[in-house]
Amino acid sequence: MVPLSWYLALSAVLFTIGVVGVLIQRNAIVLFMCIELMLNAVNLTLVAFSRFLGDVTGQLFVFMVMTVAAAEAAVGLAIIISLFRNRETLNVDEADLLKL
Amino acid sequence: MQSLFNSLDLQFVLGSLIKIAIFWIFIMLVVAYMVYAERRVLAVIQNRLGPNRVGWQGLLQPFADLIKFIFKEDLVPLAVNKALYMMAPVIVLVPAMMVLIVYPFGPEVPLPFGGVLSQLINDLTARVGLNWNVDLRTINLYITNFNVGLLYVFAMTSLGVYGIVIGGWASNSKYSLLGGLRSSAQMISYELAMSLSVVAVLIQIGTLDLNEIARGQGDWFGLRWNIFGGPTLAMLPSALIAFVIYLISAIAETNRVPFDLPEAETELVAGFHTEYSSLKFALFFMAEYVNMTTVSVLATTLFLGGWQGPFVEQFPWLGIVYFLAKVFFFLFLYIWLRGTLPRFRYDQLMNFGWKILLPVALFNIVLASVLGVLFL
Amino acid sequence: MEIVHILFLAFAALAVVAAFNVILQRNPIYSAIGLIVVLCSLAVLFLTLYAPFIAAMQVIVYAGAIMVLFVFVIMLLNIREEESKTDRQKYLKFLAAPLFLALLGMIAAVVKTVGNPAPRGTDQLGSVQTLAEGMFTKYVLPFEATSVLILMAIVGSMLLARREKAEDVERIEQALAASQEGAEATEKEEVAA
Repeated sequence: MVPLSWYLALSAVLFTIGVVGVLIQRNAIVLFMCIELMLNAVNLTLVAFSRFLGDVTGQLFVFMVMTVAAAEAAVGLAIIISLFRNRETLNVDEADLLKL
Repeated sequence: MQSLFNSLDLQFVLGSLIKIAIFWIFIMLVVAYMVYAERRVLAVIQNRLGPNRVGWQGLLQPFADLIKFIFKEDLVPLAVNKALYMMAPVIVLVPAMMVLIVYPFGPEVPLPFGGVLSQLINDLTARVGLNWNVDLRTINLYITNFNVGLLYVFAMTSLGVYGIVIGGWASNSKYSLLGGLRSSAQMISYELAMSLSVVAVLIQIGTLDLNEIARGQGDWFGLRWNIFGGPTLAMLPSALIAFVIYLISAIAETNRVPFDLPEAETELVAGFHTEYSSLKFALFFMAEYVNMTTVSVLATTLFLGGWQGPFVEQFPWLGIVYFLAKVFFFLFLYIWLRGTLPRFRYDQLMNFGWKILLPVALFNIVLASVLGVLFL
Repeated sequence: MEIVHILFLAFAALAVVAAFNVILQRNPIYSAIGLIVVLCSLAVLFLTLYAPFIAAMQVIVYAGAIMVLFVFVIMLLNIREEESKTDRQKYLKFLAAPLFLALLGMIAAVVKTVGNPAPRGTDQLGSVQTLAEGMFTKYVLPFEATSVLILMAIVGSMLLARREKAEDVERIEQALAASQEGAEATEKEEVAA
């Protein structure tokens, strides 16, 4: 059996990569993907704890995270499309006015 | 390390690899002869002869085709995105082939010379200092017993979309792009109806393991299939509706006539694989036929009893015969439809999928649940 | 060393490499492919945790539906490599070293406190039956709440995507009305002439 700490370490690495991605990338779509990466790192932790604590709640929580991610992707991408139509760019630094 | 080489896991992995190799070759042969059969049957439907020159009745035609594919010039257009262009056919074919491991080909069967063979393996491994205890007197005619096998199939088929989208985009040609977008939109829309139609059957049987599903249809002399309602005849209406929805959406899912919009020759040249040639084109081609086999296998297992049939309990090897006969029936259906039906228009296709098939599938789940609560 | 350790190491390495691919590529399509690889290798890791249903859902929902949306949008907008015009990144690179140290500290702390407990769950923990029982009894309210969330997302994205079209229709109608007026005007002029 793979020890719990291996999963947690991997999860920490993936989460950090996601955070670094949010900091260094300026493309709105890639920012979204970095957020998905972080969510997935958390999912790994949840499933690992669910296995090692013998409680199904962790796995059920992953479902909720997936639904939220799906909803977020649908709305977020719709926003990105309308942003691109108006601005011709996806650079988040250029979308700094509070209107389209 | 010694424990690793002695572990049951390793023996399982090695055994599975051998099985995968055998089944893989078998499926490749099925695919090759499916193409041949398609050309011959279409020829009969259209009052022609079809390929009948290579070998007796043209039976060696698939190999001639393969050699031709290999020796064709491998054209890579200048404007393509090279890395993605190379990757796309692989992304299409690999998930399609990965589904193979959950195909339930048949029941547990006695292997001829199995005892001698296992003795031989045990002796040989003992000679290099290992302690194996292999038993091959009976083997399972499936590669693995996956308790969410059906979901695994859906997961893998949903990955195939990427190859098509990426191939269409990387080719940098308008026909490819349009074909790729059409194809993926179509696959995503019809995948919904397909997965939802299956739920009605799942309510009858209560498991996602394809082998369990096949095993559970053995009553009535091997004819208690799920299409007749499975455990109770009262479920017959929901099972029939599910079967029809599944059949239609399976054809759309594999981009075949009458839903072959992605490669509508008159509008899009050849769709997403317009710019592909030689072996890369062959990979796309193979993936399409493997996918057809997969949906046929699923239809057989879910609705028509898998390998069940009369006398399977006495002669287990009959199981694989029944199984293949049913799968080939569905494959023949594909060819038959191709020879008979015209193509839909794109808006008709989308309207049909979203406004008719999907609501009917949802309604069918309600119907199946009500019937299940009342009669199961 | 068992087979499952080898599996874990192989797919963990794959996930990390692909995750770096997500954040370091300039072309969003390569980032998306990197993320798909991460998702699929995480699905394999879920299998090693005896969570087959979650693993299948990970591939079907995440890799098969959400990421298709991303790829679709990238292709629809035809975004190629984009040079960043503002250069905020030069300050951010000083964050890299502290972040890396924080990560190392986090991992060390985790490994030290967690140790190596035996798994308490049975192999049946991740089965469909167990999950369904949990979902439709104890957690039925959150489950229903997510359906409302999804509905809101559908309506919201429809609204965002359709807005442009309504404007188009208005503009076309105005243009048509204008041209009709113009035509009527010319007709009147002709009649007058």
